[in-house]
Amino acid sequence: MDWEAFRLSIELGLATVAGLAPLALWLGRLLAYRSFRGKGFAEALVALPLLLPPTVVGFYLLQAFGRASPVGAGFESLLGRPLVFSFAGLLFASILVNIPFAVQPVQRGFEAIEPSVREAASVSGLSPWQVFRRIELPLAWPGIVTGLVLTFAHTLGEFGVVLMVGGSIPGETRTIAIAIYDRVQSFDDEAANVMALVLLSVSVVALGITNTLSRRIGRRHP
Amino acid sequence: MPLDLSFTLAPGEVVGLFGPSGAGKTTVLRSIAGLFRPEAGRIAAGAEIWFDSEAGLFVAPHRRRAGLVFQDHALFPHLTARDNVAAALGHLPKAERAARADALLASVHLGDLADRRPAELSGGQRQRVGLARALAREPAVLLLDEPFSALDRAVRLPLYAGLEALRGRLACPILLVTHDFDEVARLADRVLVLEAGRIVAEGDVGSVSARTDIAVIAAATEPGAVLAATVAEHLPERCLTRLDTVAGPLLCASVDAPLGARLRVRIPARDVILADRVPDGLSVHNALHGTVAAIAPQARGIASVSVLVGSATLPALVTTDAVARLGLAPGGPVVALVKSVAVTRPAT
Repeated sequence: MDWEAFRLSIELGLATVAGLAPLALWLGRLLAYRSFRGKGFAEALVALPLLLPPTVVGFYLLQAFGRASPVGAGFESLLGRPLVFSFAGLLFASILVNIPFAVQPVQRGFEAIEPSVREAASVSGLSPWQVFRRIELPLAWPGIVTGLVLTFAHTLGEFGVVLMVGGSIPGETRTIAIAIYDRVQSFDDEAANVMALVLLSVSVVALGITNTLSRRIGRRHP
Repeated sequence: MPLDLSFTLAPGEVVGLFGPSGAGKTTVLRSIAGLFRPEAGRIAAGAEIWFDSEAGLFVAPHRRRAGLVFQDHALFPHLTARDNVAAALGHLPKAERAARADALLASVHLGDLADRRPAELSGGQRQRVGLARALAREPAVLLLDEPFSALDRAVRLPLYAGLEALRGRLACPILLVTHDFDEVARLADRVLVLEAGRIVAEGDVGSVSARTDIAVIAAATEPGAVLAATVAEHLPERCLTRLDTVAGPLLCASVDAPLGARLRVRIPARDVILADRVPDGLSVHNALHGTVAAIAPQARGIASVSVLVGSATLPALVTTDAVARLGLAPGGPVVALVKSVAVTRPAT
């Protein structure tokens, strides 16, 4: 069991969730309530990482973050180290590929709230911020938690993008999914088995949580 | 569909906004509450201006004191009845909100269900929580959007009584949107008839219900008269109530309303019998002396005779044969006979 890889995966998962939560809340609510030109295109863009092969996403991110790119060069001149093959680069990539996992459940959560309930809140004298905090957030909560749990679980298991953008640097970019691959490559099936079981249990628990919560969304709105 | 209308509500009056589906009734209500922004116009509550397109003024819904009861009740599903009401009490100090919410729930007879969530309440109970929540803001106007349409008839009757009791305590006007003219006749003092975004008729319920020249009214009402009445005397030993109306005193089956209560009764045109004098030996309690105002032929063999009694017009549906036999002609005298059981409150 590669504890360093395990710890790194947990850190990456938590950081991805923390980084993505505000974006998912803002974007999910926007897509749920506003109608604007190009909304269909925006929704397709959000879903894109679901369909693209991870190696393709990883390849483009590598191009975008590399030393030759403005982003990569800017990062390096600011912090004195390259963005690719670093934890920061990995986190950035992780946030991007997890957008659909976070945004879509959040959007469904906000969409499940009856429009008249939000209107009733403002007619009752609640300011837009109070409506968001006291009515929308509690009602969309199952969708929000689902999005964040899915993001966390998916981050632990992400392989292709991590390998392309991060490589396999111990303590920096070698996550548990990469470590399993490494162990199998060196015929250490026992270690691979333990780590695979850990990932399996995390996924099962995550699915259990999200299923329970999505049933709750259904129950609240009979 | 363009809305083009103008009206004023007086304190304490109940005004029915009646019209077919799609006439724009709900849009009018939503404009007053601030949920819909009209292209142009002006909306004011007393001295407060809520919307004025010329001045570029639009007050957000949460800054308008408008109480709105939604057709689907729109309660907050995650909050108890008490917290639903307390959510609209933002103008009170936090410590007073729960007690005030309980008092409001008690006033709609839900005092013992304050801890229940909407999913654990019946339709009628939810509607009353919605009403308590709308009243919590101490609104400048109470807006009711088809509040009874989602409910069974059996549930509606006590709610009508609740609304009738409420209006006596309430200083603000009530605007009731409905497509049920009986509901208007029962509850409203005045009615605005909306068709395709315009007011096609307005006035007291009695005179508007007589406007059978307007298709939506003719379609929504059975031919007959709606009379404003005051409860003058209860005759418990005879199980009768005497009402004072513009057509004179009328006896009807016991009405469940206190002496002096002002209400409206409906007299269907097909229940009015015409005679050339007051006959003997009939069960009919009400014999009204009047004059024939007009005779309008209806479907084959039937005529609608308008009888002027006092200042009220009572339509009577009789056969053309009867008109000929009695020798009825405009301006001539006639006696209208009305059975007590034909004199009823609308929507019962």
